[in-house]
Amino acid sequence: MQMEKSADKLSMIANEIRKQSLIMINRAGSGHPGGSLSCAEILSVLFFYQMRYDTRNLKWDGRDRFVMSKGHATPGLYAAMAEAGFFPREELVTYRQLNSRLQGHASIYTPGVEICTGSLGQGLSVGNGMALAGKLDSKAYNVYVILGDGELQEGQVWEAAKSASHYKLDNVIAIVDRNGLQQNGPTEKLMGIEPLTDKFEAFGWHAIEIDGHNVRELMNAFDLAVKIRGKPKVIIAKTIKGKGVSFMEGVSSWHGKAPNAEQLKLALAEIEAD
Amino acid sequence: MEKAAAIRDGYGKGLLKIAEDADVVVLDADLQDSTRSLQFGEKYPERFFTMGISEADMVCAAAGLASQGKKPFASSFACFLVRRAFDQIFVSVCYSKMNVKLVGSHAGLATGEDGPTAQEITDIACMRALPNMVVLVPSDAIQTEKAVTALYNHVGPAYMRMSRAPVPILYDDSHVFEIGSGYVVREGSDAAIFACGTMVSESLKAASTLESEGIKAAVINMSSIKPLDKELLLKHARQTKAVVTAEDHSIIGGLGSAVEEALNESEFFLPVQKVAVKDTFAESGKPEELYRKYGLSEEHIVSAVKRAIGKKALRH
Repeated sequence: MQMEKSADKLSMIANEIRKQSLIMINRAGSGHPGGSLSCAEILSVLFFYQMRYDTRNLKWDGRDRFVMSKGHATPGLYAAMAEAGFFPREELVTYRQLNSRLQGHASIYTPGVEICTGSLGQGLSVGNGMALAGKLDSKAYNVYVILGDGELQEGQVWEAAKSASHYKLDNVIAIVDRNGLQQNGPTEKLMGIEPLTDKFEAFGWHAIEIDGHNVRELMNAFDLAVKIRGKPKVIIAKTIKGKGVSFMEGVSSWHGKAPNAEQLKLALAEIEAD
Repeated sequence: MEKAAAIRDGYGKGLLKIAEDADVVVLDADLQDSTRSLQFGEKYPERFFTMGISEADMVCAAAGLASQGKKPFASSFACFLVRRAFDQIFVSVCYSKMNVKLVGSHAGLATGEDGPTAQEITDIACMRALPNMVVLVPSDAIQTEKAVTALYNHVGPAYMRMSRAPVPILYDDSHVFEIGSGYVVREGSDAAIFACGTMVSESLKAASTLESEGIKAAVINMSSIKPLDKELLLKHARQTKAVVTAEDHSIIGGLGSAVEEALNESEFFLPVQKVAVKDTFAESGKPEELYRKYGLSEEHIVSAVKRAIGKKALRH
């Protein structure tokens, strides 16, 4: 049962990403816990199951390309990358501090990060450019782009959805962290984005809906996505914002707020008990 | 009749000159016929991407291509490229240090009848304010063609501004264009006019008129706005002690501001007389009519030079 074992390990890594994210945000006194916790399994499966890369040779030609379009979810991203060996784990303490390679939003100053993000809506277009370059050079890499669901309210995402389809970029795999919440409340209350699957399909994409906290579903979705040719693919991963910490789950005010020492202690205990 | 050609014509030719490098790719937002990038597109369709009328997506796709070693040139009208994709240029291109060349055509009141929506007068200010950005405003079709090669050789973000209507040819094929260099197009010891783009020709006309009145004005083509040729600027400022700038752009933030800033930073301070669009939107009209009404024509440069010389007398 290779997959069984591996799935358990991926779930453990996802929880490690959660713990490290909260420790980083607590230490920095600011950051974005909700959206880091919601995409912990997505990051775990991408970095420890799906993507090809070589941390000793970051520019390795055959690496899969990755864009964190929801560029505020850096605690999760940095925790995953440190775990994967892109930079030393000890460096996580420098998150959001002066002279750090770990900026508040994703930047090229972090080893392995290929583009700066943080202004929502740009990452899918960038990913398309990476995919076009891959096609021009007949390279076999895929481009993975993590999008926030609130981010889909940006018009540029749909410009990019159209471009990926027009140029038949089947080397683009987007993942929507569909946690349902944005800074000021539910997406569907503030500015609805449903029906999301229909929208992507209408734009010429192959859409796969899954439970974004179920690592087996994520693994299967990626396995399927890479096999589908001729069109771009999107995995709509239904998640819970703040997942793993009871007092953060589904609470939009934890979008961009740091837990204090006591809250951190409670949160870590909950995640460890999971 | 002197020879004339549109500045943008140099872009199409310039792209063909660097096309041998298979990493050169070109993107346009449905203005490839107007910007002249189509000349590349017709010859190298596999490396030419029509991105539709979606400038933000185009700029970020260019950044993505650049992140993988491609050398993208992305063009549109200056107004759409700069104004619709400013944040994309800020984050995905400049902050990300991507080797993306942005080319905006139809800049300034020289765009004419299309009116203020299309008459981009803020692009130099906007692009110049971005860290890591190079800003070029060549003054004729030949210099533009040469500038494309210079942009190709420069690794990093850059913006080049072009205009629509034909302007006199000032250079021949022996011209060597360098980023960061200004070019003296006419010598003169009484005043120095620093101009860019279409306003270089306008300044030359003004210098001829001034000469008939016994005033010798130098005309310097500041085709590289950022980096600015501070050495050349200070040399002529010291020599003439009367500095005028001329640009088809808002008086706020453009070449005039760049010249003022450079003088302020130096030990040699003197006031600058700026010929530029006042803080206003213009209107539809023929380019020459607009230049006259909005203070950009030869006679406005002549007056500015006289003002600069007059202030020099006051300082003695």
